[in-house]
Amino acid sequence: MKLLDCALEFTALPGALAAYRTECDAAGLLGFAAAVKDSGGRFIALWGSDERDRQGGFAVHVAFGIAAGLALVTLPLTADRPAYPSLEDIFPAANRQQRATRDLFGIHAEMAANEAAHDDQRPWLRHANWPADFFPLRRDCDASRQFNTAQEDYAFVRVEGDGVHEIPVGPIHAGIIEPGHFRFSVVGEKVLRLEQRLGWKHKGIEKRFEQMPLAEGHRLAGRISGDSTVAYAWAYCLAAESLTGCTPPPRALWLRALLLERERIANHLGDLGYLGNDAALAFGLSQFMRLREDWLRLSAEFFGHRLLMDRIVPGGVAFDLTAGGDEKILGQCASIEREMHLLKDIYDEHAGLQDRFLTTGRLAPELATALSVSGLAGRASSQAWDLRAQNAIAPYNQLDVRIASHRNGDVAARVAVRFEEVFESLRVMRQILVVLTDDLCRDLIEPLPAARDGAFGIGWIEGWRGDVLVALTAGNAGGIRRCHCHDPSWRIWPALEHAVMGNIVPDFPLINKSFNLSYSGPDL
Amino acid sequence: MLPLLKQIFLTGFKTEAPPLADAALRVTAQRLEQAMLRKLGRALVIRHVDAGSCNGCELEIHALNNLYYNLEALGIRFAASPRHADLLLVTGPVASNMKIALQRAHAAMPEPKLVVAVGDCGCSGGIFGESYASCGRVANVIAVDVAVPGCPPTPLALMQGILTAIDGHPM
Ligand code: SF4
Repeated sequence: MKLLDCALEFTALPGALAAYRTECDAAGLLGFAAAVKDSGGRFIALWGSDERDRQGGFAVHVAFGIAAGLALVTLPLTADRPAYPSLEDIFPAANRQQRATRDLFGIHAEMAANEAAHDDQRPWLRHANWPADFFPLRRDCDASRQFNTAQEDYAFVRVEGDGVHEIPVGPIHAGIIEPGHFRFSVVGEKVLRLEQRLGWKHKGIEKRFEQMPLAEGHRLAGRISGDSTVAYAWAYCLAAESLTGCTPPPRALWLRALLLERERIANHLGDLGYLGNDAALAFGLSQFMRLREDWLRLSAEFFGHRLLMDRIVPGGVAFDLTAGGDEKILGQCASIEREMHLLKDIYDEHAGLQDRFLTTGRLAPELATALSVSGLAGRASSQAWDLRAQNAIAPYNQLDVRIASHRNGDVAARVAVRFEEVFESLRVMRQILVVLTDDLCRDLIEPLPAARDGAFGIGWIEGWRGDVLVALTAGNAGGIRRCHCHDPSWRIWPALEHAVMGNIVPDFPLINKSFNLSYSGPDL
Repeated sequence: MLPLLKQIFLTGFKTEAPPLADAALRVTAQRLEQAMLRKLGRALVIRHVDAGSCNGCELEIHALNNLYYNLEALGIRFAASPRHADLLLVTGPVASNMKIALQRAHAAMPEPKLVVAVGDCGCSGGIFGESYASCGRVANVIAVDVAVPGCPPTPLALMQGILTAIDGHPM
């Protein structure tokens, strides 16, 4: 089939997700990328693979989000000259993922001749801790080798001018947060430029997948970003189910959705508390963290894990709602909803808080579009994408989720989206519980059939932060040949660099928290 | 202002009793004298370093300061600088890219440099293991006093690990 009036012939991937795949040459990729952009679609992810042991060279894969669903374009590359045209001109968000792909595979993105001066040759995931000619994701690479570590001298972009100075922050930050490095160029208190240097948490997860059985990979996927364990595990299982042709029982899908909404609410509660705290309202932190603790305790009681790890497994789920669970969950939903309304009124009417929130850290809608920003941060800047509402898979296709969307793109808008999403998730959870109590079929798991060597599947799930994508290729004897996991933070981090420009340094923690991006997710 | 005060009043006291120290969590014998521990326990300062976690352990460390666990009420608080810290709380397997940063934070601490490794990852490298990009457990990089297993450990288990490091001497 054809997509977006392009000449490329796509085939639909099996499974629940509306996903289409094709293979093409460099011109085909560039042409399709341009068509995606023209149609108002977005760039999602870019990754590589090594096919030299299968009579091929390398390959680069690019996923795009379009109105029809997910379009995946694969570009085969020769083994002796693995290079492809850079997508940065069309989608600037490709920059970091292209650099990471070069670090891991030695596959290069090439700029057009007239743009060669802008070619960003700096590594991304590789700091100075393994040699430049060591490509861990090549299949013949012995990834158990360990190297001497060293301090890296990274070429940050220098801002010159009268009175400009730099503030380096990290990798270890002042609070209980993940590590990353921020380089601010400031004049007085005003931020002229922020440049991020991430990759500190890279721990070789993609290589680790290749040593695991396919049926176990959900555990590792669920530990890529602990705050999104449900989204990742579901995306992984969706990919595994697509490539083996497995359909989980309906009850398992409803239970998965219940967990996904619980995860969303748990994270939003924590963020709303910290956002109050970062604007000097400690009351907000103590109240929301109390609600979050109540929420996690109920998760532990009825689902067996506070953060809901390892509950979703290939083919279904590893738990069921015990008797009386629905009543207790509904009771908690009601009490949390009541308190949320109360706290929202207090936040809305707190002049000091609103003064800090409004117009701070603004990400303009046009910029959000240009940078392919999605998820919560995108929705606060008019990017009305939500996989629970568009091309929704079961059971979301029966839930009619309302997308929370705002135009202002400031901290206040990201706070507002969180409040609205909590209320909407509470509504959705109630609807799910009605189905779960009526549903007579108790099946929770459909055994995963054996996977054909080389079979490919993809999973794409709207986590609380944004869309999580997992692309999975089965190996022989029940193994994993390649698993690429994509965190929405890849595309939102660069937007944060823009959102802080012109703000004062002391507002950075507040702005950063309002995005609350993952470090471990993209570092992998 | 009135609804805010009313909410504080209605919330009331939520803090629960802390757990007891558990010697089974110790990796090495206690290096400090009882008198010293008693002093430390009255105002223990912690610096947290994420050396490569999945962020799950951090979520539970955050919970330590909520109304239920209320770690600060025991005289235990988190500091922004390792130079002010008595205890280093380390999460994750140590990513190679974080090795030097972790060693520097440890070097910057004053004695006694207590170290608590957090989570299955901190204890053993966990699901990530050792590779070109991961040095594995925390003890492979710096000396560890107490190791708290769990994926992630619950806030109670974390509290217990911290209290074990000072032999259960909160104020
Ligand atoms: S122990 Fe578990 S929760 Fe903690 S960092 Fe490791 S995988 Fe994440």
